[in-house]
Amino acid sequence: MKRKSFVAENPSILWFLAALALFTIFVTAMSEAAGIGVVSTSFIKTLGKTLCLCLIAVAMDIVWGYCGILSLGHFAFFGLGGYAIGMWLMYARTEIIVTESLSAAAIPPTPEEIHDAVATQIFGVVGTNEFPLIWAFADSLFMQLAFVILVPGLLALVFGWLAFRSRVTGVYLSILTQAMTLALSLYLFQNDSGLRGNNGLSGLQNIPYLGDVPQSMISIAFFWASALALALGYVLCAYVVSGKMGSVIRGIRDNESRVRFLGYHVESYKLFVFTLTAVIAAIAGALYYPQAGIINPAEIAPIASIYLAVWVAIGGRGRLYGAVIGAAFVSLLSSWFTGGGAPSIPLGFYTIQWTDWWLVLLGLSFVAVTLLAPQGIGGLFDLIGKKSKSEGAK
Amino acid sequence: MMNTLLELSGVSVSFDGFKAINNLSFQIGEPELRAIIGPNGAGKTTFMDIITGKTRPDEGRVIWGEKSVSLLKLSESQIARAGIGRKFQKPTVFEAQTVRENLAMALKNERSPFSVLFYRKTKEGAEKIEALAEEIGLTDELTRVAGELSHGQKQWLEIGMLLAQDPRLLLVDEPAAGMTPAEREHTTDLLRRAAETRAVVVVEHDMEFVRRLDCRVTVLHEGSVLAEGSLEHVTANQDVIDVYLGR
Repeated sequence: MKRKSFVAENPSILWFLAALALFTIFVTAMSEAAGIGVVSTSFIKTLGKTLCLCLIAVAMDIVWGYCGILSLGHFAFFGLGGYAIGMWLMYARTEIIVTESLSAAAIPPTPEEIHDAVATQIFGVVGTNEFPLIWAFADSLFMQLAFVILVPGLLALVFGWLAFRSRVTGVYLSILTQAMTLALSLYLFQNDSGLRGNNGLSGLQNIPYLGDVPQSMISIAFFWASALALALGYVLCAYVVSGKMGSVIRGIRDNESRVRFLGYHVESYKLFVFTLTAVIAAIAGALYYPQAGIINPAEIAPIASIYLAVWVAIGGRGRLYGAVIGAAFVSLLSSWFTGGGAPSIPLGFYTIQWTDWWLVLLGLSFVAVTLLAPQGIGGLFDLIGKKSKSEGAK
Repeated sequence: MMNTLLELSGVSVSFDGFKAINNLSFQIGEPELRAIIGPNGAGKTTFMDIITGKTRPDEGRVIWGEKSVSLLKLSESQIARAGIGRKFQKPTVFEAQTVRENLAMALKNERSPFSVLFYRKTKEGAEKIEALAEEIGLTDELTRVAGELSHGQKQWLEIGMLLAQDPRLLLVDEPAAGMTPAEREHTTDLLRRAAETRAVVVVEHDMEFVRRLDCRVTVLHEGSVLAEGSLEHVTANQDVIDVYLGR
């Protein structure tokens, strides 16, 4: 018996890819780069960033919705991915600027002089003019891209190995992951962390060697890259949760010890899922921050990872498209409310300012979804699917 | 004379000063069907926990197979892979998954994450699942979600999952609890057939069920073996009558 292609077994993958492709093409056609400009460059960036958030939400859905590990630390990996690529972006661009300004001098600068000047430029703000050790490969795009995967991957591997080996589960594991992301964020806030403390890395939207390319074009390039990454990540995750691997992972979620007595080494599976999703999160982060332009330690504060869990819960966990819907819906709504897009509601005695009240609304809807619709928004698709099925049976 | 498959000797374990298992010695050959009876708190579940690696004894030895491997050095999943399958008292199947998926997960195959990730369904695997479903009487339910099955069907599915692992020793905890008489009969048949080629240990409260199994019986009491032999033999034993049957 030849196994049916897993795509054929999961038609929702094709639906998702088609919707994503249509969306990408539509937005591109409406962009400033295409000469129409209905969709502004800054909104393209928002949409591109949203696609990255959808990607990390898909990763979160695998680790939480399918495997039952409520990780509240995946934004640490997202941030590390952003830092890794940010280091190269900042170094290479500063180097270009420094070289240009020094080239006007009578004596051509030596490479050492350029290197020192770059260091002063980048680290002057935290009171040093030397490169920390972790910047040793910052001049190499290839190395920094490798670090996007290696650093978060290794952190997840070590953290997961320690936690899962000691059979830390449930709420204790969630707290541990919160502690991890908090510790990392606090460390990065230090000026001597080597990543510019609370200043973070900035100017990331200016891509080195592409100074002449307008932002409208760059934003489209990143938008496409984000869409591609989401598509690939989605298919990869759908593959992981299909077939026997998916069966074992969902088994671990529902009854860990039963899986163990069936002879599966549960810890290895959790470690695999945790590390894989950390790497996906890191790639999402590496695409997000060049569009955001800036990354600082506040990005990986514990609350960020909690939001991630909220998106997945609202979208509907245990289904990948649910995670995408939740992340897209909630994060876009959030930027609409907090960006002043939503009109304030005057109540006479009090005016509801959405910038303040949005979080209350989000909290209430989270509670409502948990109580009334545990399947989330994605659960609505099941209702439609069931209806058409039962109608087909008639 | 059959070979000894599993041997426990001098095993003791206590929880907060309470001796759940007290200098217990036990052996079973292959193939063999064995029933274990005993009042509540006799240590039946702890006995299974020790064999399957869930609980580590304070002292004693647990020796497995021809190579006399000590199970005390193995993890739960390693013990399962060595050939010991366990059925829990409460039916524990994966309720969100279909009967086929449940059986496929249990099927004897490579268990490492990467071989599972790239696992391809095979013809042999599908045939094995069909045969198992036939054996446990769930052929028509293969595509159903296990959560929709009746209590008895869940018990059979779990026994089917044990058989799919192709273990040499099956540990079965109260398989007949909550079953109708007809379901019990089916369960008895299943276990007796399984015991034709393997060692099967059945922990049971229900004397009528044990009588139907028609096998050697071990009586546990306060964590050690009180009597062992045919059902007639142990039920005639005065100690057994005093602590268990007399009540």
